[in-house]
Amino acid sequence: MSDESSSIETIRAEVSAWLDENWSPVRPLKEWRETLVEGGWAAPTWPRAYYGRGFNETQAAAVQQVFAEKGAVGVAQAGPGRLASHTILTHGTDAQKRRYLRPILTGEEAWCQLFSEPGSGSDLAGLTTKAEKVGDRWIINGQKVWNTSAHHADFGILLARTNWDVPKHQGISYFLIDMRQAGVEVRPLKQMNGHASFNEVFMSDAEVLAEDLLGAEGEGWSIAATTLSLERQAFGSDRSGGAAKDLEGPIYDEYRAELAIALEPYTWYPQRAGRADLLLKRAEGNGAISDPLVRQEIARALCLKKGADLAAAAAVAKRRSGKHRVIPEGSIGKLAASEIARQAAHAHTLISGADALLAGANSELDGIVAEVLLSVPAISIAGGTDEIQKNIISERVLGLPKEPRFDTGPFRDVPRNIKDA
Amino acid sequence: MLSEDTEQFREVVARFLADKSPTQAVRKCMASAEGYEPDVWRQLCGEVGLAGTHLPERFGGFGFGPVELGITCQEMGRSLYCGPFFSSSVMAAHAILNQASNEQKERLLPGIADGSVIATLVLDNVADADRLGRSLFSDGARLDGTANMVVDAHIAQGFVVIASEGDGLAAFWVDAMQSGIDVEPLEALDPTRKLSRVSLSSVEGERLGDGPVDVTRLWDQLCTALAHEMIGGAEALFDSTIAYLKMRVQFGRPIGSFQALKHRAADLLMELELARAVTHEAARVLASGEGDPWTPNMAKAMAGDAYFAIAKQAIQLRGGIGFTWEEDVHLWFKRAKASEVLLGTPGWHREKMMMRMTKNSGGVDV
Repeated sequence: MSDESSSIETIRAEVSAWLDENWSPVRPLKEWRETLVEGGWAAPTWPRAYYGRGFNETQAAAVQQVFAEKGAVGVAQAGPGRLASHTILTHGTDAQKRRYLRPILTGEEAWCQLFSEPGSGSDLAGLTTKAEKVGDRWIINGQKVWNTSAHHADFGILLARTNWDVPKHQGISYFLIDMRQAGVEVRPLKQMNGHASFNEVFMSDAEVLAEDLLGAEGEGWSIAATTLSLERQAFGSDRSGGAAKDLEGPIYDEYRAELAIALEPYTWYPQRAGRADLLLKRAEGNGAISDPLVRQEIARALCLKKGADLAAAAAVAKRRSGKHRVIPEGSIGKLAASEIARQAAHAHTLISGADALLAGANSELDGIVAEVLLSVPAISIAGGTDEIQKNIISERVLGLPKEPRFDTGPFRDVPRNIKDA
Repeated sequence: MLSEDTEQFREVVARFLADKSPTQAVRKCMASAEGYEPDVWRQLCGEVGLAGTHLPERFGGFGFGPVELGITCQEMGRSLYCGPFFSSSVMAAHAILNQASNEQKERLLPGIADGSVIATLVLDNVADADRLGRSLFSDGARLDGTANMVVDAHIAQGFVVIASEGDGLAAFWVDAMQSGIDVEPLEALDPTRKLSRVSLSSVEGERLGDGPVDVTRLWDQLCTALAHEMIGGAEALFDSTIAYLKMRVQFGRPIGSFQALKHRAADLLMELELARAVTHEAARVLASGEGDPWTPNMAKAMAGDAYFAIAKQAIQLRGGIGFTWEEDVHLWFKRAKASEVLLGTPGWHREKMMMRMTKNSGGVDV
């Protein structure tokens, strides 16, 4: 039996043996995942009581490595499900963990995140979706936005206001809501680049059972911090689906179909980052490389990219040494990502010349370049705007004082959006 | 990340310079004709041994590499140290290390390493490595011509002259005291780094080694060292500007609480972080021979842009006081502007980097 003290070699041997006995690419996906969960290899960093082994990151990486070597399919890995499962694991009751964790791992139940609202973007804690306790359930009214995969979701992690008479961070509660009910309506939200990766979710007298309040009433903001820190870690992470995506066998077809749905919202994310990797190849291909002005702008983009990659690596090394905190360095990296994307898009425009007027199948690289130009504006907004990152950097790294606030009293009295301009 | 030993080295260098090169000392040096305090230079070379940071032990140095040289330069840039370190230990010594025979190195480097000899590098173009040798010539026996801007030539006892000879470039050791040499001090934009015009008229030079001058290698070494110096200066100026934003109160608040200003500070920090990361990488590439060979070009371009961006804002964010002679900011501002140009502007280095990259990827050469 392996545990936290197990050596990497022991773990590798144990996983290998277990996979040799249980894994087969002709098993149905659902059945295989049940075995995986029963076997305790579904989520190695989780505690033993909940399908895991209590492994550290290094040990878990060894498990993943063996899975990759054998081409074994792992648990369902859709982003929102991961956020939900980790938050429930950290803050849920035993009953909540028993009810919700397993179907997330097996992929039977999909989740979405219901945090942002049209009226509260950067100021998430200013949310106004209302939850009122009526008998043994909560009645929810309000609107959410930027809800990735909500149209496929069975459940949502929801932030709603339960108390309007306390300061804004103290009046929020965290709910687990059933998306398959009459009071919940999901509408796709089309973006300026033509994709619809997100949704709007309207809740009209939607219901949540009392037992589906996560944590205590009014604790929602601190629980949301768990979810948001995971979301920040995921920013810029690999969404390719791993090694198993290219293999052949019935289970891989099922897995690919699942991945296609899970990853569909992210197909344009590489373009959002500016595709600095394409600059040299494109400029050499169409001769723009001989233009000194184009060369300057390509060089600027590549310098930024190099600097950001090196600074990120240095931050990881510092973090491993245990001397530095994580978040502010992440903010510098996020700010740099915006700068790289904008500069790369600028250089792409110069490389294209008149062809920058075209989009879609008629345009270069089957529309990829046009998609870069129309997707880059998202990177400095998603996951915390540049302006919020600059607040974090200037206040937490540089120690500059905060702006005066006008939202510290009871939320009922806090100024809100001006409706009639 | 630096090891603990190199961190300790940095602390020793930083302590010495904080003590010996406060801004009062910098102001005294910049107002003087010599431009440095010989006593401090002697201590720096003798007690601390910094002049030979990167020179091999058999030639009297510490035997450190580009990473530690970078540390020394970064700390000197931070304190705006005025002295012939960059001209003698960095510029001249690198040219000798690269080009000279073993016997010549044994003869020339120990004096530079212990500071008893001040040398400098005489280039007829200090901003464009591709245009060297257009006004300095060797006929095989004698050197002639003019170098318009030579760092610290007014105090140097020896010159390393790079001159054209036939179709190529050759390096020579020249005794600066001989007749036929005219050194005319110039008024420099940055008075903390003295410049002179050097004219050679049928001057005797000793050829260093017998190979052609490897200009690319030399430029990479000098630019990596200078980029470190620039990062140190940028750090000092950035830190003092942040301190000012916390201390200065207008409209009843510290001005650092205004988002218009704190966001600018965050932008500058990002630019500084990226430039610092690439600059340290350039030293690592030189030390290991592994990685992108054009990293020094990236470093000099990014350090140049970051240093001057910070210098501009260091004045703007201080308002009127930042424009006065009494306030120290202009000392770094001038160093930032001069360093942006010395050894090639950011634009020049971006072009150079593109040439090296596209050559490697089989692209079109311009």
